[in-house]
Amino acid sequence: MASCFQSALHNLRETKVWKSVFRRGPANTNRTRSLAIFGNLFLHWMPVKVREKSLRVRASYYLGSISFILFIVLFVTGILLMFYYHPAAPNAYRDMKDLQFVVANGVFLRNLHRLAAHLMVFAVFWHMFHVFYRGGYKPPHEFNWVVGVVLLLLTLFLSYTGYLLPWDQLAFWAVTVGTNIISAMPFIGHKVRFLLLGGNIVGENALLRFYVLHVVILPLAAFVLIGIHFWRVQKDGGLTVKPKDEDGKE
Amino acid sequence: MAAPESETVKPKPEATKSTAADGGNANKADATKYVGTPAVGTSKAAAAGGLGTVGPEPSAANERRRRLVWCSVTAFLGAWVIAFLRFFLSRTLFEPPTIFKIGYPSDYALGVDSKFQQRYRIWVDRTPDRIFVIYARCTHLGCTPDWKASENKFKCPCHGSGYDSEGINFEGPAPRPMDRANVQLAPDGQIIVDTSRLFSWPKGQPSRFNDPGSYLPV
Ligand code: HEM
Ligand code: FES
Repeated sequence: MASCFQSALHNLRETKVWKSVFRRGPANTNRTRSLAIFGNLFLHWMPVKVREKSLRVRASYYLGSISFILFIVLFVTGILLMFYYHPAAPNAYRDMKDLQFVVANGVFLRNLHRLAAHLMVFAVFWHMFHVFYRGGYKPPHEFNWVVGVVLLLLTLFLSYTGYLLPWDQLAFWAVTVGTNIISAMPFIGHKVRFLLLGGNIVGENALLRFYVLHVVILPLAAFVLIGIHFWRVQKDGGLTVKPKDEDGKE
Repeated sequence: MAAPESETVKPKPEATKSTAADGGNANKADATKYVGTPAVGTSKAAAAGGLGTVGPEPSAANERRRRLVWCSVTAFLGAWVIAFLRFFLSRTLFEPPTIFKIGYPSDYALGVDSKFQQRYRIWVDRTPDRIFVIYARCTHLGCTPDWKASENKFKCPCHGSGYDSEGINFEGPAPRPMDRANVQLAPDGQIIVDTSRLFSWPKGQPSRFNDPGSYLPV
């Protein structure tokens, strides 16, 4: 059975199509393994070699990876929610209700999106604290720390813009209060509020602006920065491993 | 899994061989350490192709020209981006009118009338000597407080600011009394309210609540 599978795999690898897609032969030496990673768009983010210690739970608690998985969950469920949601008044609120009571699996998707959003804020904060307490911000990781701060802000902005979209009382007053806090900024506060809301009141313009930020601009920015973040982890020589990890048994 | 062929990746000899100076002994040229052809435009590729440095010579005149070109491009794009930002500030707004009529002074008895709260976000307040209109926006962060007739006060649901029946704050985070809207008598005898002209009483500053236009004497 196993050898049958192996020979099938071997034959597949000999086909012209396989070779044109993957280019390389089997990854059976260190050299060909490295080449397999370099030559793949999705894997070239990843380090060719990883220290065993950096894979231990203690090195990261996998918090960054958990944040990323939550981001992907939000991406997928968010796109699905977009099939039913109109960013307009009064449709927005009714669409939310339809998703909860009429659309098949709608309530599941909506709750998943909301839950993952809460968890992502939690995970990103925890990731940041964990990196901080392990000294993971120290050279050569300073730049990645800065990228991380921007990612934290993006995570929070995504939460805030998403909060308006149900267009219920909670959403409306939260954004009223939040944008009034912004207008307390010296000199430019009122202009910034006007810019963000597209008017003087939390109305349809504000809903549309928050929607565009929430589904296009902020996710795109987060996606690009997450790419840079991962790439930098690798270029900075992998995760911070402390001397005390050497003897300690996990 | 022992794959039938081992170490199958061979450098393509024809990619570099012909250009190597000693013809055939390609191992000496740096480029053969690469698998396949070196990327076009890299120094390795140039060296393998027997080319020197590519591009204009780095003279002082060339430096100046280059700087001029870059400064012009940056200035042009920068000015354009700043001008374009105007795009985000709408020229037309579809917001509710701020000037409206609310009936005759005789329609209002002593005390707070909340019948226009939903429609215009105001309360009409009558005291023994005047009628004024409170703009129903909490001076903390802008929620609409509720009129609690049984307690004779306004209470904000957001963070708990409390105001007396004339909109004067006495509890919670609100920094000042609620603003009052401009009121006038129309020729037909009705009250005209303009919520874009507000009168306020900021903390530690003189009250504007006795300014002309902030109330109607009765
Ligand atoms: C969208 C949110 C984020 C995602 C998806 C993310 C993802 C990751 C991943 C997968 C790693 C490698 C493994 C790990 O430590 O878990 C990592 C490392 C790192 N992250 Fe983040 N991260 C995010 C936000 C942040 C924030 C808010 C900060 C700090 C302000 C930050 C700073 C760092 C640093 C400095 C490292 C390197 C740690 C070391 O070398 O020990 N990241 N990130
Ligand atoms: S907005 Fe009224 S108390 Fe904060």
